[in-house]
Amino acid sequence: MNRYPLWKYFIIVVALIVSTIYTLPNFFGETPAVQISSSRQSIPVDTALMGRVEAALTAQHITPDGLFLDGNSLKVRFHDPDTQIKGRDVIQQALGDQYIIALNLLAASPDWLTKLKAYPMFLGLDLRGGVHFLLEVDMKAATDKTMERYAGDIRREFKDKKVRFGAIKRNGNTLEVQLRDAATLKAAEDAVARALPSLSFTSDENSFKLSLTLKPEEITRIQSDAVKQNITTLHNRVNELGVAEPVIQQSGSNRIVVQLPGVQDTAKAKDILGRTATLEVRMVSDDQSMVAEALAGNVPGGYDLLDELTPRGPQKILVSKEVELTGDNINDAQPGFDENGTPAVHINLDSTGASIFRQVTAENIGKRMAMVLVEKGRAEVVTAPVIRSEIGGGRVQISGSMNVAEANDTALLLRAGSLAAPMNIIEERTVGPSLGKENIEKGFHSTLWGFAAIAVFMLIYYRVFGLISALSLGVNLFMLVALLSMLQATLTLPGIAAIALTLGMAIDANVLINERIREELRNGVPPHSAIQAGYQHAWATILDSNITTLIAGLALLIFGSGPVRGFAVVHCLGILTSMFSAVLVSRGFVNLWYGRQRRLTTVSIGQVWKPET
Amino acid sequence: MELFRIKRDIPFMSYGRLTTTISLVTFLLAVFFLFTKGLNFSVEFTGGTVMEVQYRQAANLGDIRNRVDALKFGEATVQSLGTSRDVLIRLPSKQGITSAQLSERVMGALKAADPAVELRKVEFVGPSVGEELVTHGLTAVIIVCLGIMLYLALRFEWRFAVSAIIANMHDVVIILGCFAFFQWEFSLTVLAGVLAVLGYSVNESVVVFDRIRENFRKAAMRNKSVSEIIDNAITATMSRTLITHGCTEAMVLSMLVFGGPALHGFAIALTIGIVFGIYSSVLVASPIALWLGVVREHMIKPQKPKDEAVV
Repeated sequence: MNRYPLWKYFIIVVALIVSTIYTLPNFFGETPAVQISSSRQSIPVDTALMGRVEAALTAQHITPDGLFLDGNSLKVRFHDPDTQIKGRDVIQQALGDQYIIALNLLAASPDWLTKLKAYPMFLGLDLRGGVHFLLEVDMKAATDKTMERYAGDIRREFKDKKVRFGAIKRNGNTLEVQLRDAATLKAAEDAVARALPSLSFTSDENSFKLSLTLKPEEITRIQSDAVKQNITTLHNRVNELGVAEPVIQQSGSNRIVVQLPGVQDTAKAKDILGRTATLEVRMVSDDQSMVAEALAGNVPGGYDLLDELTPRGPQKILVSKEVELTGDNINDAQPGFDENGTPAVHINLDSTGASIFRQVTAENIGKRMAMVLVEKGRAEVVTAPVIRSEIGGGRVQISGSMNVAEANDTALLLRAGSLAAPMNIIEERTVGPSLGKENIEKGFHSTLWGFAAIAVFMLIYYRVFGLISALSLGVNLFMLVALLSMLQATLTLPGIAAIALTLGMAIDANVLINERIREELRNGVPPHSAIQAGYQHAWATILDSNITTLIAGLALLIFGSGPVRGFAVVHCLGILTSMFSAVLVSRGFVNLWYGRQRRLTTVSIGQVWKPET
Repeated sequence: MELFRIKRDIPFMSYGRLTTTISLVTFLLAVFFLFTKGLNFSVEFTGGTVMEVQYRQAANLGDIRNRVDALKFGEATVQSLGTSRDVLIRLPSKQGITSAQLSERVMGALKAADPAVELRKVEFVGPSVGEELVTHGLTAVIIVCLGIMLYLALRFEWRFAVSAIIANMHDVVIILGCFAFFQWEFSLTVLAGVLAVLGYSVNESVVVFDRIRENFRKAAMRNKSVSEIIDNAITATMSRTLITHGCTEAMVLSMLVFGGPALHGFAIALTIGIVFGIYSSVLVASPIALWLGVVREHMIKPQKPKDEAVV
């Protein structure tokens, strides 16, 4: 009677094999590697790059353990940290600043495991060391900035339409414009409705006052754009730090989480995250003789010879030292398409910027103007378009000779200069690498010794059934680790605590079953029926108690943050695996052991004491 | 080997008055300490900066304290952490100075005295984050309670649901009371532990309730009184209760011993939770269910005699 149909054994065996495969990568440790990735879509990481890296390394007599392309990055394995550092320097020299070159640790598991997408567990910052920042975007500043921009737009629009107006006052998210009479008020309303559709307005007929407010959906858009732009800017800055796997994510409506695993120099990290790059608009000199002279190493006075970032790599360009306009006057830059449907970048300037831009463009038709990004005291030309006509109104479009990816990159670089709104660090967590290693060790030891204590006790108290319980608990641990590796859920120290606790709680199911079997035996039930009845009766209880625990776990997962969530994820997964292992797997072992014996007179479940009646 | 050789049912329900009094007294004491002493919230809740530094040799706490105080960042606490080489420095949040500058200046001051000092961990939390954590934590507790009650009410009966939750909250309040009394640090990890206890200790009540329901259905138990049935259920599950909790406690103790300072609070919260979990599920939940008037008819619907517990 205690026999499983073949398919049940099959399920157990498949589960065990899958668990083994996905647990395996955790045993192989890690090898040092260098990770090369590109910050721009227009600079691809491909096999050509792989060839270049390989050639550069061979030239310096460094043999990497392996090179492989993985998504958007090229990873080069090295035998030891020393060659890794040497290799990084060589690659950096060979590739220049076009790529992000970072030190990383890669799983040392064999290729066939990696092909099966079996990776080791993803360790949280508290286990691998690194920096965690929570930044809050100042939303009020973001809307204030927009309101200032609209005030400028209104001034310009009214001047264009020859509407005479008095003072423009800003009051929170409302702009108040004083007009002279009913006629100008009407004209003003028309002008605003046509030119600035994102503003809603009310007018006071008696005092001829026009009040303009941002539409609610416009405020939402401004705020979400501000967060998005800040995230992009942070990405660019983090790229410079050479972090292998940075995490930059929005968290809630106005917060950004930045996690930099492995970064030790927090001061530098904070410095770079908080830095502001500036964008400058300067005129290009295409005078052939001056360019030739500059290229010969003799740059004329008042000019700089800069690198222009083009899809074909950096190219020299001669740019005037005089700054016409700075990034402060750029409100926004977005990729898009021009009227001919070719990719373009749309730039929106504020009122001061617009009037300067009109003047500059009027005077320099046919010449080139350069958008220069100055960061860390180093200047690069993002793009240098030819001025075709005078451009007024503050809406600038750069188009021609670029594809969609380049338009995206250019827009991103133009925006990168500035943060949409200031940010404050409201949470910071730095964990040194030695502490991370210790945390792993401590967590591992707690689980190991706790597990050993339980296994020994079960073995002594329940004999064969104890052995089976301990085995299924081991299977549980295996499956949990496999599941965590498969899902690549972040494992933190509270997560390790959850593994330990889940194991401590999972044994409950086996104790329930074993006690129930003993009870049946005590009542004189023959062994086979006792096993059957024990499992049957215990199942309802196991289900009830696990579901209540799961309810608590899920609530933690939903409402918890940080360490609590790390705990909850593992806890919930552990409850699921423990139900499988404690009931299905342990029964499988029992059936294998006892199921074959038709006439079973005794089972080894420790002493069954019967009260003398 | 059989540890628990219980000859006849232990009349737990007749101790009801005594156990309820004990519970009430410990509960009130816990509430009293919670209000008078309050919880010693960690920096995650209160906001501020915590730094962990490690020295090559035993650290001179007095000297470190003087150096940190000399920076005038407000009331700083300096204490050793586990070993004499590890030091924990706590600083309140301060307007106008970023956490980055704060930790760097403290490190600068410490490095001046001993260049070998190593910064192991910095944690800075702004004050607004802490408030959110408190509201989120409370929401989690409420949702857990409601969810568990709903499930138990559906699966058993509302009287069981109410008594299980009261028993649980009793455990949680007592854990919090212990943390308040000893002024142990209450961190997010401890909160995770407390909420885990909420799920864990309800297990206990569920196991006993399951047995009570089963007993109600047994023909042999037909002529027994409700309190006798409950006594029998508790006695029958006694050995399982103690063995399971013993095993879980072994794991938790292992964390307490090997887990280091990071898991210390978590393990302590669970230890208290487990000890009181045994007590409350047996001696709090069942008397309350009895007192709320659980009878056989609540568990067995006469028109549907199908016994679903025996699947």
